[in-house]
Amino acid sequence: MTEPALLDIQGLHTVYGKKIHALKGVSAQVRSGEIVCIIGNNGAGKTTLLKTVSGVLQPDKGAVRFAGEAITGQPTHRIARMGLAHVPEGRHVFPRLSVAENLEMGAYFRTERDLSKDYDHVFELFPVLGRRKAQLAGTLSGGEQQMLAMGRALMARPRLLMLDEPSMGLAPVVVDTIFDIIRRINKEGVTVLLVEQNAKRALQASSRGYVLETGEIVLEDKAETLCSDAKVRKAYLGLQ
Amino acid sequence: MFLQQLVNGLTLGSIYSLIALGYTLVYGILVMINFAHSEVLMVGSFVALAVFRFAPAILPQGPVGLIVALVLSMAGAGVLNVVIERFAYRPLRHAQKLAPLISSIGVSIVLQNAVFLWVSTQSESFPELIAATQFSIGGAGVSSLQLVCMASAIGLMMGLHFFIEHTKVGKAMRACSDDLETAGLMGIDSSRIIALTFLVGGALGGAAGVLYGLNYGSIKYNLGFLPGVKAFTAAVLGGIGNIRGAVLGGFILGIMEVMAAGYIPRGSDWKDVIAFSVLIFVLLLRPSGILGEKIAEKV
Repeated sequence: MTEPALLDIQGLHTVYGKKIHALKGVSAQVRSGEIVCIIGNNGAGKTTLLKTVSGVLQPDKGAVRFAGEAITGQPTHRIARMGLAHVPEGRHVFPRLSVAENLEMGAYFRTERDLSKDYDHVFELFPVLGRRKAQLAGTLSGGEQQMLAMGRALMARPRLLMLDEPSMGLAPVVVDTIFDIIRRINKEGVTVLLVEQNAKRALQASSRGYVLETGEIVLEDKAETLCSDAKVRKAYLGLQ
Repeated sequence: MFLQQLVNGLTLGSIYSLIALGYTLVYGILVMINFAHSEVLMVGSFVALAVFRFAPAILPQGPVGLIVALVLSMAGAGVLNVVIERFAYRPLRHAQKLAPLISSIGVSIVLQNAVFLWVSTQSESFPELIAATQFSIGGAGVSSLQLVCMASAIGLMMGLHFFIEHTKVGKAMRACSDDLETAGLMGIDSSRIIALTFLVGGALGGAAGVLYGLNYGSIKYNLGFLPGVKAFTAAVLGGIGNIRGAVLGGFILGIMEVMAAGYIPRGSDWKDVIAFSVLIFVLLLRPSGILGEKIAEKV
């Protein structure tokens, strides 16, 4: 590891509401160009980890560096402007804004006047969004909202895209599309940190993975190695 | 008589709507009722009075004077609202819901007493920025003041509509009102957007203060209370947090109040009772108001 990681998480502790110790010293790295996944069950701390990285939650201990810069304690909007996009769990599109306006908000801090290339790119990745530009985001289906949330994040031209449970509640065929797009975005140069309960899909798409259990990283390895790990197969892939 | 009352109702309604927008904008983004808003509007009217006292030259009678008065009062009231947010609400943003509400009542009392003690305990006559002339449209007597009042209010509302719907910052305001946390993830500085919301809401309140003074001829330290509470009623009636709802609610309430005064015997004594009965009935029967239906977010 000669090149410093794009995202470097060191010994992160986050306590929720002064009681629930959701993260207990998590360390993880994402290098430029990778797709890395964090798998774990409901309540393992996956969402807390992403929220702490993007500044929505404040850690009690530990540090996060992004592109070599310490971002711990910085406000959310400033971290986002550095090129770290976070697509939250449950999509969180702006329901009373149109599809086009949602995308415009994704590019909020960019100063270029002409964003037509970015819109075209998003509409090429997700043609359904192009057909529904004027529709209110709150009236889209769950899968379309996931696509919009991802498209909106891409409008910022991020260096790192963090996706929290992108497959949650979606039909298998939609999940296929979403994972195809994740691979494609990555090939186009965006580094991806993926958090999933759907361990099989996540590991298939990733080059490396971490297993998070009750706030601690218990395993980390290449995705293929994790796939053949007896414990992972039993606990997360439902295989013997 | 109906036409006459309709004109009076639209005039009153246009003032209520402007004030109601201030409540609804703030509620939309912070889910709090800014009870100090009635005092912001009162201070707005006193700004125009102060300018008239100390620099009458810049407030000539006529449209120019009116526009100058509106601009200065809007700036004064808007900035005051931003200062209130900064010092009385922002420190409480992560506190219990009730805390900023109580803080806003405190600010309201402080402002009212400040004007009472340091400015005037009496009614002060408001500058006649527009000469009051009476003319008749289809049998209804209309005064120039009423027309100016309606035109100014409608102009400001159209300006607000353009700002909210078509500018990037206006869209960011709506995004923050939909989902403050996610707006931050887009690189939107939500604290700045909140401050901007208070600026815009306060400015509309300040304009309402000037129009109030113009219409009633005099202003007093406690003038904000009644129109404030009624505009709040209007905002709830239309659907609190909903911008079109605030405008609709303001006009409905204004027209209802004036019609009641005109058609019910001794109705003008009962008009406040009617307004607040509306509030109670809306809260009982349709707490989300006329237009206040949120689109459910699919998960």
